[in-house]
Amino acid sequence: MSGAQGRRFPPWVGVVLVTIALVALPFALMQAGTAWVRITNFAILFVILSIGLNIVVGFAGLLDLGYIAFYAVGAYVYALLASPFFGLHWPFWAILPIGALVACGFGVLLGAPTLKLRGDYLAIVTLGFGEIVRILLNNLSEPFNLTNGPKGISSIDPVSVFGLSLGGTTKVAGFAIPDAVKYYFLLIVLLVAVIVVALRLQNSRIGRAWEAIREDEVAARAMGIDTTRVKLLAFALGAAFGGVAGGLFAAIQGFISPESFVLNESVMVLAMVVLGGMGNVWGVVLGALLLSFAPELLRYTIEPAQRALFGKSLVDSEVLRMLLFGAAMVAMMRFRPAGLLPSAVRKRELARLAQDDNA
Amino acid sequence: MPEAAAPLLAAEGITRRFGGLAALTDVSFGIGRGEIYGLIGPNGAGKTTLFNVLTGLYSLDAGVFRLDGKTMGSVMPDQVATLGIARTFQNIRLFGNLSALENVMIGRHLRTRAGVWGAVMRTAATRAEEAETEARAHALLEFVGIGERANDMARNLPYGAQRRLEIARALATEPKLLALDEPAAGMNATEKQSLRRLLETIRASGTTILLIEHDMRLVMGLCDRVLVLNHGRRIAEGAPADVQRDPTVIGAYLGGTHREAATT
Amino acid sequence: MDTFLQQVVNGLTLGAVYAVVALGYTMVYGIVQLINFAHGEVVMIGCMVAFTVIVALASAGLPPMLVLALGALAAIAVCMAVGYGIERVAYRPLRNAPRLAPLITAIGLSIVLQHLALLVWGRSYIAFPQIIEVKLYRLGNAETSATISNVQIAIVVASAVMMAALLALVYRTRMGIAMRATSQNPAVAGLMGIDVNRTIAQTFLIGAALGAVAGVMVGAYYGIAHYQMGFMLGLKAFSAAVLGGIGNLAGAVLGGLLMGLIEAMGAGYMGDFTRVCTLDTLLPGFAEACASNPDASLLGSNYKDVYAFIVLILVLVFRPSGLLGERVGDRA
Repeated sequence: MSGAQGRRFPPWVGVVLVTIALVALPFALMQAGTAWVRITNFAILFVILSIGLNIVVGFAGLLDLGYIAFYAVGAYVYALLASPFFGLHWPFWAILPIGALVACGFGVLLGAPTLKLRGDYLAIVTLGFGEIVRILLNNLSEPFNLTNGPKGISSIDPVSVFGLSLGGTTKVAGFAIPDAVKYYFLLIVLLVAVIVVALRLQNSRIGRAWEAIREDEVAARAMGIDTTRVKLLAFALGAAFGGVAGGLFAAIQGFISPESFVLNESVMVLAMVVLGGMGNVWGVVLGALLLSFAPELLRYTIEPAQRALFGKSLVDSEVLRMLLFGAAMVAMMRFRPAGLLPSAVRKRELARLAQDDNA
Repeated sequence: MPEAAAPLLAAEGITRRFGGLAALTDVSFGIGRGEIYGLIGPNGAGKTTLFNVLTGLYSLDAGVFRLDGKTMGSVMPDQVATLGIARTFQNIRLFGNLSALENVMIGRHLRTRAGVWGAVMRTAATRAEEAETEARAHALLEFVGIGERANDMARNLPYGAQRRLEIARALATEPKLLALDEPAAGMNATEKQSLRRLLETIRASGTTILLIEHDMRLVMGLCDRVLVLNHGRRIAEGAPADVQRDPTVIGAYLGGTHREAATT
Repeated sequence: MDTFLQQVVNGLTLGAVYAVVALGYTMVYGIVQLINFAHGEVVMIGCMVAFTVIVALASAGLPPMLVLALGALAAIAVCMAVGYGIERVAYRPLRNAPRLAPLITAIGLSIVLQHLALLVWGRSYIAFPQIIEVKLYRLGNAETSATISNVQIAIVVASAVMMAALLALVYRTRMGIAMRATSQNPAVAGLMGIDVNRTIAQTFLIGAALGAVAGVMVGAYYGIAHYQMGFMLGLKAFSAAVLGGIGNLAGAVLGGLLMGLIEAMGAGYMGDFTRVCTLDTLLPGFAEACASNPDASLLGSNYKDVYAFIVLILVLVFRPSGLLGERVGDRA
């Protein structure tokens, strides 16, 4: 797959340039305000979530409409094990895998009965599951307080890496580095890891089995693929990614409540995957970044425009955003089902066509 | 030769009903090792139903299949492949949006081991297995004669190449028995000739073939023995030349007198 | 005892509404083998439109029944237009696309519909006008006897009439024959001269009309409407359709009624069964919880939305074809 024509630089030049850009980015953003670094952090979190959902929806072709529930599970596991709520303060690195495992366990519980059946059932069951988790989070404060109900859990411990707490501001050689920038670097490292894992999975025996199921389940079974098991694997892994992202969310935010895990969030992550191109990791990264920054863009463009035109804001930018997400999903499925970025196979094909033309 | 040795696949009393309709009634036959065994009959005779019960897509109402002397029981389609039967489909079922190479690599799923851990960590064992999978897939594409189309998306291949790709994908599972559902459908005379050569090469390499085919000339020239089904019942079996002269078979194909013919 | 009868009455009323919504799901599923994810939103819009019309006509001095009927008619008209739109945008163009595509499109549409409703009717709960005075009839002589209201009676009767009309339509008319033929095999139905596109569109239209009436009934029963009300209602009605056997009309009715009863009984009794004070001997800690709050229970009425989901999971595990369904799983 390597050996593209016309490359003038060795590949490491690209890696170095990207690394420099990624390192410089938060400091550039800080010039516009630390808020932008925070927005970027949440965008990265959503990229991680989208990559996880893409394993389920994009690779294996299973529609999961309650993905945010796994995010919620990860977030609450972190919050309960690292906050004054139970007086537990476990380290970040210990909780993250636990959160992933618990989310994964929920995924298996939910997937095992449903994945034998048609895909639509999975969609509706996950839709219901997302809502049930929210109801449980809201109500498990009585008679035993497990989630603190709608009030949520606060004062969650910040992450600390090798003794350096990522919460609060750190002074390095006279520069004040705020928590958002420190978290940015943690998120970038994890994001790179998540992308590598997703790409390697896609390009593996398991990844091919997922794609086979997505393309034609009957043919996949005839090839000896145990489709129920392989689908369950995709579903459980996707859930685990969601759990990891949830843990990060709890640590960065310091406060969580059921409000953060509503249906609209599931839809938003799905829209990111669909927009970027189901099954295409880089496309999904692009889709998630676009839609994460969309509300900010809308806030700075549509709101003033409305005020200028009508003298007041008619359509709340939050509502407009959801309308756009919904419309984007409809339009993408109709006109560009492969997403904004063409998939790898097609790229290879285009490369071959170009070669033929040159010959 | 095939009669003497224990058959690779033995079917005994295979029966399958759809509601009140008997699609297959008490069908028995045996396929010898290294044979090319034809399955013919008029439209609606139950050929594809027989394929589907053999490969686990439909359940059996009565009867048993034995592969290599072992009873297959009621198995799921993926277990059938594990046991050593690979199939193609009458209306080609490729993984359309994947490359030809990937299609064949997926056929290797069964004979490879790498799991999530190996994939994520790219362990030495996984990399070796991947390299071998890819090399084998390339070799199989060459073998069926579409080596130069390895990177094309399956659904963009011409019809004949899609049929060949389906055969390559089935061979990738290293089957004992290769079951082909009308592989020559829609092919022209030249393509049929080269398909015939391909099937003979496959047999020569030691794989037994079960073949549903409508083209009588192909069946008669290629098959060692054929089984004739009509209305879900076995009406004849034997060497192509003998079957061709069988009045029951002629009656079944000409229509009309099949009921009387079958009972006499 | 009277609590029991009361929960039966409430459950059957609720069940009648679920059954009507479930019919919309099951009809569409029967004909295109796909879940219409936007159906819950159709019900919500039916409720909202009826609300707007009724409020607008409230001061006109018309007889209340006429106002209600006009509200329902307007809801039916708007919902049929929405249903037709859903079919044209999400299902028809994607009939040969992978199954994921129409599902995702329908989800997208339902988000759009929800937020359009938010723009039109606002974010907060709307009080549905009580234009018909509620009368309670006592089922028995005691003070504590169960009661049934005129609204409940009207809902049950209207549902029964609609179901009967639907059955007559599906089994006694040419349109119904076309629908059943198309659901069996669209390609063959097309060869037999049936306009498959038209038949599928008609199915969506009828489903949407049923949804509109269900919306009016929900509004009248609960007296309250909200732009997100279609989501849970749709989920429960879908679960009801699966419980009865998806694609099966009688199954949708049976499933709807059962689902209503399960929810009413769950809400009515689970709280009592799981009261910490009655369980205090089972587990340590329950006694303390009982002491601090004697009314606390593990599964109070807050969990009423959970039962439908549990039923759905149980059905999928133990009898995926539902109570009255036959066919299940993928077709080869």
